[in-house]
Amino acid sequence: MLEIRNLHARVGQKEILKGIDLTVKAGEVHAIMGPNGSGKSTLAQVLAGRDLYVVTEGQVLYNGKDLLEMSPEDRAREGVFMAFQYPVEIPGVSNLYFLKAALNTIRKNRGLPDLDAMDFLALVKERMKIMEMDQSLLNRPVNAGFSGGEKKRNEIFQMAVLEPKLAILDETDSGLDIDALKTVAAGVNALRSPERSMILVTHYQRLLDYITPDFVHVLSDGRIVKSGGKELALELEASGYAGLEWETADAR
Amino acid sequence: MPVEQATLDVSSYLTSFERAAKLRPSGPLWLHELRDTAMECFTELGFPSTREEDWKFTNLNALMRTSFELAQPCETRLAEDLPCDGPCLVFVNGCYVPTLSGQDAAAGNLRDAPPAFLERHLARYADFRKHPFVALNTAFLGEGAFVHIPARVIAERPIHIVHISTRSRPAQVSHPRSLIVVEAGAHASVTETYVGADEYFTNAVTEIVAGEGAMVEHSKLQIESLHASHISSIHIRQSRGSVVTSRSFAFGGALARTAIDAVLEEGCECTLNGLYKVSGKQHVDTRTSIDHAKPNAASHELYKGILDGHSSAVFNGKIIVRKDAQKTDAKQTNKNLVLSEDAVINTKPQLEIFADDVRCTHGATIGQLDEEAIFYLRSRGIDREHARKMLLNAFAHEIIDQIRSESFRDYVGKRL
Repeated sequence: MLEIRNLHARVGQKEILKGIDLTVKAGEVHAIMGPNGSGKSTLAQVLAGRDLYVVTEGQVLYNGKDLLEMSPEDRAREGVFMAFQYPVEIPGVSNLYFLKAALNTIRKNRGLPDLDAMDFLALVKERMKIMEMDQSLLNRPVNAGFSGGEKKRNEIFQMAVLEPKLAILDETDSGLDIDALKTVAAGVNALRSPERSMILVTHYQRLLDYITPDFVHVLSDGRIVKSGGKELALELEASGYAGLEWETADAR
Repeated sequence: MPVEQATLDVSSYLTSFERAAKLRPSGPLWLHELRDTAMECFTELGFPSTREEDWKFTNLNALMRTSFELAQPCETRLAEDLPCDGPCLVFVNGCYVPTLSGQDAAAGNLRDAPPAFLERHLARYADFRKHPFVALNTAFLGEGAFVHIPARVIAERPIHIVHISTRSRPAQVSHPRSLIVVEAGAHASVTETYVGADEYFTNAVTEIVAGEGAMVEHSKLQIESLHASHISSIHIRQSRGSVVTSRSFAFGGALARTAIDAVLEEGCECTLNGLYKVSGKQHVDTRTSIDHAKPNAASHELYKGILDGHSSAVFNGKIIVRKDAQKTDAKQTNKNLVLSEDAVINTKPQLEIFADDVRCTHGATIGQLDEEAIFYLRSRGIDREHARKMLLNAFAHEIIDQIRSESFRDYVGKRL
């Protein structure tokens, strides 16, 4: 599904990703952990196509296609979805209108006809239930005036409606209380399937108490310094990132 | 040289004035005198220059150099999608066209208005001694629109006044005039649309009177030709406890200016909202003045602008709070979206406060489309152009969605 080879990226003059290698197969859930500033969010944003970051070296293949050559909208149409760490507020654009426009462009790309208003509403209502979201949010402007938890739920709700092939969750757990975290995790788990891959970017291991990853990678200073199974997350929980950074420095 | 130039500019209007005076049907003496005085005022005042604070950013040289002929009647049709679901008054080149208009007891051609009503109200609010373009308009007073809603009458349907300028060589000037009087306790909604083809000059004046406790909604849609000049002023007088909402949409014209002045008595509410959208080399100038003359009145003002290409825009919002006008609550906001590096906006609030127990706020913003929001939309599969359009619509619809008439709201939305 996704193959990242020797990926380097910078913002301004600052190099942030310094050679990432990662392979994600269909149906796998990978967690990417690491301290602040290690490049986790940069990796997520580069995959989504944020032009703030400049890729200087390396390659990303998505289902055999060069992902980095694609515009953000084309990536989305091909099934890439990023749940934002900080979902953007868009006053004046209703959630419902926005989501319908998004779904229909993605459906068009899949050779499916536009959903009419009735079918769309039925789909949306069904998916809202999974996220325990209030229906009134649909007619409100995108994320405007939403609480932190509502914004994160809205991201996973969008994911449930758009049904991506590759979902990248950028610190979806940050700022959530435990109840909201459980709801969001349940939503994510409901969307796990043999065809859908996920990358969970997170600072804390607590999200992984609810979503069990197949692989855990530790990112430090722009490189993956350690990979393993789900037990790696628990190890990190016990020892913290400090020891790890020391380990990295030592390894050089 | 500047003096001679000014004389020359005024002289073409003077010639038209003298020619028009000979052809004019007989009318009341006061009206003849009014026109003569106004013409004298215009000759004396001349065209304003950019040295005057009020015209600092709006250069009239091109307008002054053009010698426009006084507009003549001409046959034309109404655009099919023009929303006329209520009484409709249609003026072509400044002349009333009964065949295109719908009949209504409360509205009609100025010429047919009761003489006592005209004498009482016409030109009483738009000060031709101070404003040269008001003087010029007043000098050519003839046909025009009047709306008269008697006390306590609730006019259910919106009244639409349409001003059309047809293609002509040489270019023509028309002086549209509207007088809207809504008596005590009455309600009315009036819309004025300005539309045309090719090069011409529209010099419009609208006077609005809201009696005690009256409610008036006035919308102006300026979608003139991109080669036209449009200069207009709207003069609002509010009696005690009246509520006036004015909306102004300025999308057309090579050079367009709208000046709105409102004078508020005790306990009035005045809302001035507007949206200007320009591109290419268009220039749009919006000037508002709200005069809180008496206590306990509130005014709310929100103007939004969208500028693209090499366009330029001016927003100047004046709020005067007189010494007696305690407990005034005034809020003014101007927000601009500048989509190109070559577009220029000049925005200036102007507060003159002489009372001490008041609440007055103002704010102006100039920004670009939110790139974060565009990326967010694109990351969900929406292409860049559609994303931009969604954000622009969201910005503009804050004003457009306030229009109560659904057909007019749709019409304005489509012109965006």
